[in-house]
Amino acid sequence: MKGLFPIFKRELLAYFRSPVAYVFIIIFLAANAGCTFMLGNFYDSNQASLEVSFLFHPWLYLFLIPAVGMRLWAEERRSGTGELLLTLPVRTSVSVFGKFLAGWAFIAVALILTFPMIITVHYLGFPDNGPIITGYLGSFLMAGAYLAITSFTSALTKNQVISFILSVNICLILVLLGWGVLSEILNTIFPVWLTDVISQFSFTTHFDAIRRGVVDLRDIVYFLSIIIFMLMTNVVVLESKKAS
Amino acid sequence: MIVVEALSKQFGRFQAVDEISFEVQRGEVLGFLGPNGAGKSTTMKMLTCYLPPTSGNAEVNGFSINSQPLQVQEQIGYLPESAPSYNEMQVEEFLTFIGEVRGFSGTELRRKVGRVLELTSLQDARKQIIDTLSKGFRQRTCLAQSLIHDPPVLILDEPTDGLDPNQKHEVRELIRRMSEERTILISTHILEEVEAVCSRALIISEGRLVGLGTPDELLSQSIYRNAVTLSVSGKSAEALLEDLNGLEQVYSVERLEDMPSGALTVRVFPKDRESISSELEQFLKKKKMVIEQFFVERGRLDEVFRNLTLGN
Repeated sequence: MKGLFPIFKRELLAYFRSPVAYVFIIIFLAANAGCTFMLGNFYDSNQASLEVSFLFHPWLYLFLIPAVGMRLWAEERRSGTGELLLTLPVRTSVSVFGKFLAGWAFIAVALILTFPMIITVHYLGFPDNGPIITGYLGSFLMAGAYLAITSFTSALTKNQVISFILSVNICLILVLLGWGVLSEILNTIFPVWLTDVISQFSFTTHFDAIRRGVVDLRDIVYFLSIIIFMLMTNVVVLESKKAS
Repeated sequence: MIVVEALSKQFGRFQAVDEISFEVQRGEVLGFLGPNGAGKSTTMKMLTCYLPPTSGNAEVNGFSINSQPLQVQEQIGYLPESAPSYNEMQVEEFLTFIGEVRGFSGTELRRKVGRVLELTSLQDARKQIIDTLSKGFRQRTCLAQSLIHDPPVLILDEPTDGLDPNQKHEVRELIRRMSEERTILISTHILEEVEAVCSRALIISEGRLVGLGTPDELLSQSIYRNAVTLSVSGKSAEALLEDLNGLEQVYSVERLEDMPSGALTVRVFPKDRESISSELEQFLKKKKMVIEQFFVERGRLDEVFRNLTLGN
Protein backbone atom coordinates (compact mmCIF):
# COMPACT_ATOMS: atom_id res chain seq x y z
CA MET A 1 0.00 0.00 0.00
CA LYS A 2 2.98 2.27 -0.54
CA GLY A 3 1.88 5.71 -1.69
CA LEU A 4 -1.68 5.43 -0.38
CA PHE A 5 -1.43 8.03 2.34
CA PRO A 6 0.35 10.75 0.32
CA ILE A 7 -2.14 10.30 -2.53
CA PHE A 8 -5.04 10.49 -0.08
CA LYS A 9 -3.63 13.56 1.61
CA ARG A 10 -2.94 15.42 -1.63
CA GLU A 11 -6.40 14.73 -2.98
CA LEU A 12 -8.13 15.77 0.23
CA LEU A 13 -6.15 19.02 0.38
CA ALA A 14 -7.00 19.65 -3.26
CA TYR A 15 -10.70 19.56 -2.32
CA PHE A 16 -10.31 22.22 0.30
CA ARG A 17 -8.26 24.39 -2.02
CA SER A 18 -10.96 24.68 -4.61
CA PRO A 19 -14.05 26.83 -4.12
CA VAL A 20 -16.15 23.87 -5.22
CA ALA A 21 -15.60 22.32 -1.79
CA TYR A 22 -17.15 25.21 0.07
CA VAL A 23 -19.98 25.55 -2.42
CA PHE A 24 -20.67 21.85 -2.00
CA ILE A 25 -20.66 21.96 1.79
CA ILE A 26 -22.91 25.01 1.93
CA ILE A 27 -25.39 23.59 -0.57
CA PHE A 28 -25.40 20.23 1.16
CA LEU A 29 -26.05 21.73 4.60
CA ALA A 30 -28.70 24.10 3.28
CA ALA A 31 -30.45 21.42 1.23
CA ASN A 32 -30.30 18.97 4.13
CA ALA A 33 -31.93 21.44 6.49
CA GLY A 34 -34.34 22.66 3.82
CA CYS A 35 -35.54 19.18 2.97
CA THR A 36 -35.94 18.21 6.61
CA PHE A 37 -37.88 21.24 7.76
CA MET A 38 -39.82 22.14 4.64
CA LEU A 39 -40.35 19.05 2.51
CA GLY A 40 -40.21 16.62 5.40
CA ASN A 41 -42.53 18.57 7.72
CA PHE A 42 -40.17 17.91 10.58
CA TYR A 43 -42.28 19.72 13.19
CA ASP A 44 -45.56 18.08 12.17
CA SER A 45 -44.12 14.64 12.76
CA ASN A 46 -43.78 15.56 16.42
CA GLN A 47 -40.85 13.23 16.77
CA ALA A 48 -37.40 14.00 18.08
CA SER A 49 -35.61 11.95 15.45
CA LEU A 50 -33.58 12.48 12.30
CA GLU A 51 -35.44 9.87 10.30
CA VAL A 52 -37.01 12.46 8.01
CA SER A 53 -33.65 14.07 7.49
CA PHE A 54 -32.05 10.86 6.32
CA LEU A 55 -35.05 10.16 4.09
CA PHE A 56 -33.79 12.79 1.65
CA HIS A 57 -30.15 11.77 1.57
CA PRO A 58 -30.45 9.41 -1.43
CA TRP A 59 -31.93 12.30 -3.43
CA LEU A 60 -29.43 14.88 -2.23
CA TYR A 61 -26.54 12.58 -2.96
CA LEU A 62 -27.87 11.96 -6.44
CA PHE A 63 -26.58 15.35 -7.57
CA LEU A 64 -24.08 16.34 -4.94
CA ILE A 65 -21.84 13.29 -4.88
CA PRO A 66 -21.31 13.16 -8.65
CA ALA A 67 -20.28 16.82 -8.28
CA VAL A 68 -17.71 15.83 -5.66
CA GLY A 69 -16.35 12.85 -7.56
CA MET A 70 -16.47 13.96 -11.18
CA ARG A 71 -13.03 15.51 -11.06
CA LEU A 72 -11.25 12.55 -9.46
CA TRP A 73 -9.87 11.07 -12.69
CA ALA A 74 -11.26 13.31 -15.42
CA GLU A 75 -9.16 16.18 -14.14
CA GLU A 76 -6.03 14.04 -13.95
CA ARG A 77 -6.50 13.06 -17.55
CA ARG A 78 -7.28 16.56 -18.76
CA SER A 79 -4.29 18.17 -17.08
CA GLY A 80 -1.87 15.33 -17.83
CA THR A 81 -1.06 14.70 -14.17
CA GLY A 82 -2.52 11.21 -14.59
CA GLU A 83 0.53 10.33 -16.64
CA LEU A 84 2.72 11.56 -13.83
CA LEU A 85 0.78 9.70 -11.15
CA LEU A 86 0.54 6.44 -13.08
CA THR A 87 4.27 6.40 -13.91
CA LEU A 88 5.20 6.61 -10.25
CA PRO A 89 6.02 3.22 -8.76
CA VAL A 90 2.57 2.77 -7.24
CA ARG A 91 -0.10 0.26 -8.19
CA THR A 92 -3.09 1.69 -10.05
CA SER A 93 -5.37 0.16 -7.43
CA VAL A 94 -3.60 2.11 -4.69
CA SER A 95 -4.02 5.37 -6.58
CA VAL A 96 -7.70 4.64 -7.19
CA PHE A 97 -8.30 3.74 -3.56
CA GLY A 98 -6.36 6.71 -2.21
CA LYS A 99 -8.27 9.18 -4.32
CA PHE A 100 -11.57 7.53 -3.49
CA LEU A 101 -10.83 7.66 0.25
CA ALA A 102 -10.07 11.36 -0.04
CA GLY A 103 -13.43 12.05 -1.66
CA TRP A 104 -15.13 9.92 0.96
CA ALA A 105 -13.38 11.73 3.78
CA PHE A 106 -14.48 15.02 2.29
CA ILE A 107 -18.10 13.83 2.30
CA ALA A 108 -17.60 12.67 5.89
CA VAL A 109 -16.62 16.23 6.80
CA ALA A 110 -19.81 17.53 5.18
CA LEU A 111 -21.85 14.93 7.09
CA ILE A 112 -20.18 15.84 10.38
CA LEU A 113 -21.08 19.45 9.75
CA THR A 114 -24.77 18.53 9.94
CA PHE A 115 -24.28 18.20 13.73
CA PRO A 116 -26.57 21.17 14.47
CA MET A 117 -29.42 18.85 13.48
CA ILE A 118 -28.43 16.48 16.27
CA ILE A 119 -28.30 19.36 18.71
CA THR A 120 -31.70 20.50 17.50
CA VAL A 121 -33.41 17.18 18.14
CA HIS A 122 -31.76 16.93 21.54
CA TYR A 123 -32.98 20.41 22.35
CA LEU A 124 -36.51 19.60 21.25
CA GLY A 125 -36.88 16.25 22.95
CA PHE A 126 -35.23 13.04 23.99
CA PRO A 127 -34.31 11.24 20.78
CA ASP A 128 -33.20 7.66 20.55
CA ASN A 129 -29.55 7.96 19.61
CA GLY A 130 -29.36 4.47 18.08
CA PRO A 131 -31.16 5.30 14.82
CA ILE A 132 -29.23 8.58 14.62
CA ILE A 133 -25.91 6.75 14.75
CA THR A 134 -27.00 4.04 12.33
CA GLY A 135 -28.53 6.70 10.08
CA TYR A 136 -25.21 8.47 9.84
CA LEU A 137 -23.38 5.19 9.30
CA GLY A 138 -25.78 4.15 6.55
CA SER A 139 -25.69 7.55 4.94
CA PHE A 140 -21.89 7.49 4.93
CA LEU A 141 -21.80 4.00 3.42
CA MET A 142 -24.33 4.97 0.79
CA ALA A 143 -22.32 8.08 -0.03
CA GLY A 144 -19.32 5.81 -0.58
CA ALA A 145 -21.29 3.76 -3.10
CA TYR A 146 -22.34 6.91 -4.99
CA LEU A 147 -18.76 8.13 -4.93
CA ALA A 148 -17.32 4.83 -6.18
CA ILE A 149 -19.71 4.96 -9.13
CA THR A 150 -18.68 8.54 -9.85
CA SER A 151 -15.00 7.68 -9.56
CA PHE A 152 -15.57 5.00 -12.18
CA THR A 153 -17.42 7.32 -14.60
CA SER A 154 -14.74 9.92 -14.01
CA ALA A 155 -12.11 7.49 -15.29
CA LEU A 156 -14.09 7.02 -18.50
CA THR A 157 -13.63 10.56 -19.77
CA LYS A 158 -11.51 13.66 -19.50
CA ASN A 159 -14.66 15.76 -19.45
CA GLN A 160 -16.03 16.35 -15.96
CA VAL A 161 -19.52 17.21 -17.24
CA ILE A 162 -19.85 13.89 -19.06
CA SER A 163 -18.63 12.12 -15.94
CA PHE A 164 -21.24 13.98 -13.86
CA ILE A 165 -24.13 13.16 -16.19
CA LEU A 166 -23.17 9.50 -16.46
CA SER A 167 -22.92 8.99 -12.73
CA VAL A 168 -26.17 10.87 -12.02
CA ASN A 169 -27.93 8.52 -14.40
CA ILE A 170 -26.43 5.34 -13.00
CA CYS A 171 -27.18 6.45 -9.45
CA LEU A 172 -30.69 7.51 -10.41
CA ILE A 173 -31.40 4.01 -11.69
CA LEU A 174 -30.06 2.52 -8.47
CA VAL A 175 -32.24 4.86 -6.40
CA LEU A 176 -35.38 4.34 -8.47
CA LEU A 177 -35.18 0.54 -8.46
CA GLY A 178 -36.24 0.55 -4.84
CA TRP A 179 -38.67 3.43 -5.05
CA GLY A 180 -42.16 2.36 -3.89
CA VAL A 181 -43.96 3.90 -6.87
CA LEU A 182 -41.78 2.07 -9.37
CA SER A 183 -42.11 -1.20 -7.46
CA GLU A 184 -45.89 -1.00 -7.72
CA ILE A 185 -45.69 -0.47 -11.46
CA LEU A 186 -43.26 -3.36 -11.80
CA ASN A 187 -45.55 -5.55 -9.69
CA THR A 188 -48.24 -5.23 -12.35
CA ILE A 189 -45.82 -6.54 -14.99
CA PHE A 190 -43.56 -8.98 -13.18
CA PRO A 191 -44.19 -11.52 -10.41
CA VAL A 192 -43.62 -10.14 -6.93
CA TRP A 193 -40.45 -12.17 -6.30
CA LEU A 194 -38.82 -10.63 -9.38
CA THR A 195 -39.72 -7.11 -8.29
CA ASP A 196 -38.22 -7.92 -4.90
CA VAL A 197 -35.04 -9.11 -6.50
CA ILE A 198 -34.85 -5.96 -8.60
CA SER A 199 -35.40 -3.74 -5.59
CA GLN A 200 -32.60 -5.56 -3.78
CA PHE A 201 -30.21 -3.82 -6.15
CA SER A 202 -31.37 -0.41 -5.02
CA PHE A 203 -29.72 2.05 -2.66
CA THR A 204 -33.09 3.00 -1.24
CA THR A 205 -34.03 -0.50 -0.15
CA HIS A 206 -30.83 -1.02 1.80
CA PHE A 207 -30.63 2.47 3.18
CA ASP A 208 -34.22 2.49 4.46
CA ALA A 209 -33.53 -0.32 6.90
CA ILE A 210 -30.40 1.28 8.33
CA ARG A 211 -32.13 4.66 8.47
CA ARG A 212 -34.80 3.15 10.74
CA GLY A 213 -32.14 1.85 13.10
CA VAL A 214 -32.01 -1.74 11.87
CA VAL A 215 -28.44 -2.65 11.12
CA ASP A 216 -28.42 -5.74 8.99
CA LEU A 217 -25.08 -7.10 7.89
CA ARG A 218 -26.54 -7.66 4.42
CA ASP A 219 -27.14 -3.94 3.93
CA ILE A 220 -23.59 -3.09 4.95
CA VAL A 221 -22.22 -5.82 2.69
CA TYR A 222 -24.36 -4.44 -0.17
CA PHE A 223 -22.83 -0.97 0.04
CA LEU A 224 -19.31 -2.24 0.58
CA SER A 225 -19.58 -4.62 -2.35
CA ILE A 226 -20.81 -1.82 -4.64
CA ILE A 227 -17.82 0.26 -3.55
CA ILE A 228 -15.34 -2.56 -4.10
CA PHE A 229 -16.86 -3.59 -7.42
CA MET A 230 -16.95 -0.05 -8.81
CA LEU A 231 -13.38 0.67 -7.69
CA MET A 232 -12.16 -2.51 -9.31
CA THR A 233 -13.95 -1.54 -12.51
CA ASN A 234 -12.30 1.86 -12.13
CA VAL A 235 -8.86 0.22 -12.09
CA VAL A 236 -9.73 -1.89 -15.13
CA VAL A 237 -10.92 1.20 -17.03
CA LEU A 238 -7.72 3.10 -16.24
CA GLU A 239 -5.54 0.21 -17.33
CA SER A 240 -7.45 -0.42 -20.54
CA LYS A 241 -7.55 3.30 -21.38
CA LYS A 242 -3.80 3.17 -21.30
CA ALA A 243 -3.74 0.14 -23.57
CA SER A 244 -5.90 1.59 -26.34
CA MET B 1 21.00 0.98 -19.03
CA ILE B 2 18.06 0.66 -21.42
CA VAL B 3 17.69 -2.19 -23.90
CA VAL B 4 14.80 -1.92 -26.34
CA GLU B 5 13.90 -4.95 -28.43
CA ALA B 6 11.48 -4.73 -31.34
CA LEU B 7 9.12 -2.48 -29.44
CA SER B 8 5.84 -1.77 -31.24
CA LYS B 9 2.70 0.14 -30.44
CA GLN B 10 -0.50 0.18 -32.39
CA PHE B 11 -3.46 2.47 -31.75
CA GLY B 12 -6.29 0.79 -33.61
CA ARG B 13 -4.99 0.60 -37.14
CA PHE B 14 -2.40 3.30 -36.63
CA GLN B 15 1.13 1.99 -36.19
CA ALA B 16 2.62 4.55 -33.82
CA VAL B 17 5.86 2.69 -33.14
CA ASP B 18 7.11 -0.02 -35.45
CA GLU B 19 9.64 -2.56 -34.14
CA ILE B 20 12.15 -0.14 -32.69
CA SER B 21 15.33 -1.55 -31.18
CA PHE B 22 18.18 0.33 -29.56
CA GLU B 23 20.34 0.47 -26.46
CA VAL B 24 21.40 3.25 -24.16
CA GLN B 25 24.42 2.62 -21.95
CA ARG B 26 25.15 4.09 -18.57
CA GLY B 27 26.97 7.39 -18.99
CA GLU B 28 25.30 8.06 -22.29
CA VAL B 29 22.81 10.73 -23.33
CA LEU B 30 20.74 9.49 -26.23
CA GLY B 31 18.86 12.16 -28.17
CA PHE B 32 15.55 11.07 -29.56
CA LEU B 33 14.71 12.99 -32.72
CA GLY B 34 11.80 12.89 -35.07
CA PRO B 35 9.00 15.00 -36.50
CA ASN B 36 5.81 15.50 -34.50
CA GLY B 37 3.82 12.31 -34.31
CA ALA B 38 6.80 10.13 -35.19
CA GLY B 39 6.39 8.06 -32.04
CA LYS B 40 8.93 9.65 -29.69
CA SER B 41 6.52 10.27 -26.84
CA THR B 42 4.77 6.95 -27.36
CA THR B 43 8.09 5.13 -27.03
CA MET B 44 8.88 7.04 -23.86
CA LYS B 45 5.44 6.27 -22.46
CA MET B 46 6.07 2.59 -23.06
CA LEU B 47 9.47 2.73 -21.38
CA THR B 48 7.91 4.36 -18.31
CA CYS B 49 5.15 1.72 -18.26
CA TYR B 50 2.40 4.24 -18.88
CA LEU B 51 1.42 2.52 -22.12
CA PRO B 52 1.81 -1.23 -22.55
CA PRO B 53 3.49 -2.16 -25.84
CA THR B 54 1.53 -4.06 -28.48
CA SER B 55 4.55 -6.28 -28.95
CA GLY B 56 8.24 -6.35 -28.12
CA ASN B 57 9.97 -5.67 -24.85
CA ALA B 58 12.36 -3.29 -23.20
CA GLU B 59 14.54 -3.67 -20.15
CA VAL B 60 15.51 -0.86 -17.84
CA ASN B 61 18.47 -1.81 -15.68
CA GLY B 62 17.49 -5.42 -16.18
CA PHE B 63 13.79 -5.03 -15.31
CA SER B 64 11.25 -5.80 -18.01
CA ILE B 65 8.59 -3.20 -18.79
CA ASN B 66 6.14 -6.00 -19.47
CA SER B 67 6.51 -8.02 -16.30
CA GLN B 68 8.12 -5.71 -13.72
CA PRO B 69 6.55 -2.27 -14.21
CA LEU B 70 6.91 -1.17 -10.57
CA GLN B 71 10.62 -1.97 -10.49
CA VAL B 72 11.10 -0.21 -13.82
CA GLN B 73 9.31 2.86 -12.47
CA GLU B 74 11.58 2.85 -9.41
CA GLN B 75 14.59 3.13 -11.72
CA ILE B 76 13.25 5.95 -13.85
CA GLY B 77 12.84 9.66 -13.39
CA TYR B 78 10.32 10.80 -15.98
CA LEU B 79 9.45 14.22 -17.32
CA PRO B 80 6.29 13.89 -19.44
CA GLU B 81 5.88 16.00 -22.54
CA SER B 82 3.60 18.72 -21.19
CA ALA B 83 5.42 18.85 -17.83
CA PRO B 84 2.24 18.31 -15.82
CA SER B 85 2.02 19.10 -12.13
CA TYR B 86 -0.72 19.68 -9.59
CA ASN B 87 -1.45 23.34 -10.14
CA GLU B 88 -2.98 24.05 -6.76
CA MET B 89 0.17 23.01 -4.88
CA GLN B 90 3.27 24.93 -3.96
CA VAL B 91 6.51 23.91 -5.67
CA GLU B 92 8.10 22.49 -2.55
CA GLU B 93 4.89 20.82 -1.46
CA PHE B 94 4.52 19.16 -4.86
CA LEU B 95 8.07 17.83 -4.76
CA THR B 96 7.49 16.59 -1.23
CA PHE B 97 4.37 14.78 -2.43
CA ILE B 98 6.28 13.02 -5.20
CA GLY B 99 9.01 12.11 -2.71
CA GLU B 100 6.45 10.68 -0.28
CA VAL B 101 4.80 8.60 -2.97
CA ARG B 102 8.26 7.29 -3.85
CA GLY B 103 8.62 6.20 -0.25
CA PHE B 104 10.83 8.84 1.36
CA SER B 105 10.08 10.55 4.64
CA GLY B 106 11.48 12.72 7.40
CA THR B 107 14.86 14.39 7.10
CA GLU B 108 15.84 12.26 4.11
CA LEU B 109 12.83 13.57 2.21
CA ARG B 110 13.56 17.17 3.19
CA ARG B 111 17.15 16.78 2.11
CA LYS B 112 16.13 15.33 -1.26
CA VAL B 113 13.61 18.09 -1.89
CA GLY B 114 16.23 20.69 -0.99
CA ARG B 115 18.73 19.10 -3.33
CA VAL B 116 16.45 19.08 -6.39
CA LEU B 117 15.30 22.64 -5.67
CA GLU B 118 18.94 23.62 -5.79
CA LEU B 119 19.73 21.56 -8.91
CA THR B 120 16.91 23.21 -10.85
CA SER B 121 17.46 26.68 -9.30
CA LEU B 122 13.98 26.77 -7.84
CA GLN B 123 14.86 27.79 -4.27
CA ASP B 124 13.33 31.23 -4.65
CA ALA B 125 10.10 29.83 -6.05
CA ARG B 126 9.62 27.04 -3.53
CA LYS B 127 6.64 28.63 -1.78
CA GLN B 128 4.93 29.68 -5.01
CA ILE B 129 1.69 28.09 -6.16
CA ILE B 130 2.50 26.21 -9.36
CA ASP B 131 -0.51 27.71 -11.13
CA THR B 132 1.04 31.17 -10.81
CA LEU B 133 4.39 30.17 -12.28
CA SER B 134 5.63 30.90 -15.78
CA LYS B 135 6.05 28.08 -18.31
CA GLY B 136 9.79 27.85 -17.70
CA PHE B 137 9.36 27.49 -13.94
CA ARG B 138 6.69 24.84 -14.36
CA GLN B 139 8.94 22.95 -16.71
CA ARG B 140 11.72 23.03 -14.13
CA THR B 141 9.34 22.02 -11.34
CA CYS B 142 8.41 18.92 -13.27
CA LEU B 143 12.06 18.29 -14.07
CA ALA B 144 12.87 18.58 -10.36
CA GLN B 145 10.15 16.01 -9.67
CA SER B 146 11.87 13.54 -11.99
CA LEU B 147 15.15 13.88 -10.09
CA ILE B 148 13.85 13.54 -6.55
CA HIS B 149 14.89 9.90 -6.05
CA ASP B 150 18.25 10.35 -7.74
CA PRO B 151 17.26 7.88 -10.46
CA PRO B 152 19.83 5.86 -12.41
CA VAL B 153 17.73 6.31 -15.56
CA LEU B 154 16.25 9.59 -16.76
CA ILE B 155 13.64 9.85 -19.49
CA LEU B 156 12.96 13.45 -20.40
CA ASP B 157 10.39 14.34 -23.03
CA GLU B 158 11.41 17.73 -24.44
CA PRO B 159 13.12 18.98 -21.30
CA THR B 160 13.95 22.44 -22.66
CA ASP B 161 10.57 23.13 -24.20
CA GLY B 162 9.31 26.59 -23.24
CA LEU B 163 12.53 27.72 -21.59
CA ASP B 164 14.37 30.91 -22.49
CA PRO B 165 17.92 30.62 -23.88
CA ASN B 166 19.54 31.04 -20.46
CA GLN B 167 17.34 28.43 -18.85
CA LYS B 168 17.92 26.10 -21.80
CA HIS B 169 21.62 26.45 -21.24
CA GLU B 170 21.20 25.71 -17.53
CA VAL B 171 19.12 22.60 -18.14
CA ARG B 172 21.59 21.32 -20.74
CA GLU B 173 24.42 21.88 -18.30
CA LEU B 174 22.45 19.99 -15.68
CA ILE B 175 21.83 17.08 -18.05
CA ARG B 176 25.48 16.95 -19.02
CA ARG B 177 26.60 17.04 -15.41
CA MET B 178 24.23 14.25 -14.46
CA SER B 179 25.06 12.07 -17.45
CA GLU B 180 28.25 10.64 -15.98
CA GLU B 181 26.70 8.00 -13.80
CA ARG B 182 23.28 7.82 -15.40
CA THR B 183 21.46 6.58 -18.46
CA ILE B 184 19.63 9.46 -20.08
CA LEU B 185 17.13 9.51 -22.90
CA ILE B 186 15.88 12.91 -24.07
CA SER B 187 13.58 13.79 -26.91
CA THR B 188 13.84 17.11 -28.62
CA HIS B 189 12.97 19.14 -31.67
CA ILE B 190 15.94 21.38 -31.25
CA LEU B 191 18.76 20.03 -33.35
CA GLU B 192 21.45 22.21 -31.79
CA GLU B 193 20.57 20.54 -28.50
CA VAL B 194 21.61 17.18 -29.90
CA GLU B 195 25.06 18.52 -30.67
CA ALA B 196 25.19 20.28 -27.32
CA VAL B 197 24.30 17.41 -24.97
CA CYS B 198 23.85 14.08 -26.72
CA SER B 199 26.53 11.47 -27.08
CA ARG B 200 24.38 9.68 -29.63
CA ALA B 201 21.19 10.48 -31.49
CA LEU B 202 18.41 8.37 -32.83
CA ILE B 203 16.06 9.59 -35.53
CA ILE B 204 12.63 8.05 -35.96
CA SER B 205 10.02 8.74 -38.56
CA GLU B 206 6.52 7.28 -38.80
CA GLY B 207 7.37 4.93 -35.97
CA ARG B 208 10.46 3.49 -37.61
CA LEU B 209 14.08 3.99 -36.76
CA VAL B 210 15.74 5.78 -39.67
CA GLY B 211 19.02 6.97 -38.25
CA LEU B 212 21.28 6.20 -35.30
CA GLY B 213 24.77 7.43 -34.53
CA THR B 214 26.91 10.00 -32.81
CA PRO B 215 26.11 13.56 -33.84
CA ASP B 216 29.29 13.54 -35.92
CA GLU B 217 28.29 10.35 -37.71
CA LEU B 218 24.93 11.85 -38.53
CA LEU B 219 26.55 15.07 -39.69
CA SER B 220 28.79 13.13 -42.05
CA GLN B 221 25.66 12.18 -44.02
CA SER B 222 25.03 15.81 -44.80
CA ILE B 223 25.76 17.18 -48.27
CA TYR B 224 27.30 20.15 -46.45
CA ARG B 225 29.86 17.90 -44.80
CA ASN B 226 33.29 19.53 -45.33
CA ALA B 227 31.81 22.07 -47.74
CA VAL B 228 33.89 25.25 -47.73
CA THR B 229 32.38 28.70 -47.88
CA LEU B 230 34.95 31.24 -48.98
CA SER B 231 35.04 34.88 -49.94
CA VAL B 232 37.90 36.17 -52.06
CA SER B 233 38.75 39.36 -53.86
CA GLY B 234 41.27 40.02 -56.56
CA LYS B 235 40.04 38.29 -59.66
CA SER B 236 36.94 38.22 -61.83
CA ALA B 237 34.23 35.94 -60.58
CA GLU B 238 33.59 33.75 -63.60
CA ALA B 239 37.22 32.79 -63.96
CA LEU B 240 37.41 31.69 -60.32
CA LEU B 241 34.26 29.60 -60.56
CA GLU B 242 35.70 27.87 -63.60
CA ASP B 243 39.07 27.28 -61.93
CA LEU B 244 37.45 25.82 -58.81
CA ASN B 245 35.22 23.55 -60.86
CA GLY B 246 38.32 22.32 -62.61
CA LEU B 247 39.86 21.02 -59.37
CA GLU B 248 39.87 17.26 -59.08
CA GLN B 249 38.45 16.99 -55.56
CA VAL B 250 35.62 19.46 -56.14
CA TYR B 251 32.15 18.12 -56.74
CA SER B 252 30.37 21.41 -57.39
CA VAL B 253 30.59 25.11 -56.70
CA GLU B 254 27.69 27.28 -55.70
CA ARG B 255 27.82 31.06 -55.96
CA LEU B 256 26.44 32.85 -52.94
CA GLU B 257 25.66 36.51 -52.38
CA ASP B 258 28.74 38.75 -52.53
CA MET B 259 30.19 40.19 -49.35
CA PRO B 260 29.39 43.87 -48.62
CA SER B 261 32.99 44.62 -49.60
CA GLY B 262 32.29 43.21 -53.05
CA ALA B 263 34.26 40.03 -52.44
CA LEU B 264 33.04 37.03 -54.35
CA THR B 265 31.51 34.38 -52.10
CA VAL B 266 31.16 30.75 -53.12
CA ARG B 267 30.46 27.45 -51.44
CA VAL B 268 32.58 24.56 -52.62
CA PHE B 269 31.21 21.04 -52.21
CA PRO B 270 33.90 18.35 -52.11
CA LYS B 271 33.66 14.96 -53.78
CA ASP B 272 32.58 12.18 -51.36
CA ARG B 273 32.36 14.74 -48.54
CA GLU B 274 36.13 14.49 -48.03
CA SER B 275 38.00 17.35 -46.51
CA ILE B 276 39.42 19.72 -49.14
CA SER B 277 40.35 22.71 -47.01
CA SER B 278 44.13 22.35 -47.35
CA GLU B 279 43.95 21.81 -51.11
CA LEU B 280 41.72 24.84 -51.50
CA GLU B 281 43.97 26.98 -49.39
CA GLN B 282 47.04 26.06 -51.44
CA PHE B 283 45.15 26.68 -54.66
CA LEU B 284 44.02 30.12 -53.55
CA LYS B 285 47.54 31.04 -52.42
CA LYS B 286 48.95 29.95 -55.75
CA LYS B 287 46.42 32.15 -57.52
CA LYS B 288 47.43 35.02 -55.21
CA MET B 289 43.90 35.61 -54.00
CA VAL B 290 43.04 37.62 -50.91
CA ILE B 291 40.96 35.40 -48.63
CA GLU B 292 38.37 37.38 -46.68
CA GLN B 293 36.46 34.43 -45.32
CA PHE B 294 37.15 30.74 -45.16
CA PHE B 295 34.72 28.49 -43.39
CA VAL B 296 34.55 24.69 -43.31
CA GLU B 297 31.19 23.16 -42.43
CA ARG B 298 30.81 20.06 -40.29
CA GLY B 299 27.50 19.26 -41.90
CA ARG B 300 23.97 20.30 -41.13
CA LEU B 301 21.83 18.21 -38.88
CA ASP B 302 18.58 19.82 -40.05
CA GLU B 303 19.33 18.74 -43.60
CA VAL B 304 20.17 15.17 -42.51
CA PHE B 305 17.01 15.19 -40.40
CA ARG B 306 14.88 16.29 -43.37
CA ASN B 307 16.43 13.72 -45.68
CA LEU B 308 15.90 10.88 -43.24
CA THR B 309 12.40 11.78 -42.16
CA LEU B 310 10.87 12.93 -45.42
CA GLY B 311 11.91 9.79 -47.27
CA ASN B 312 13.75 9.86 -50.52
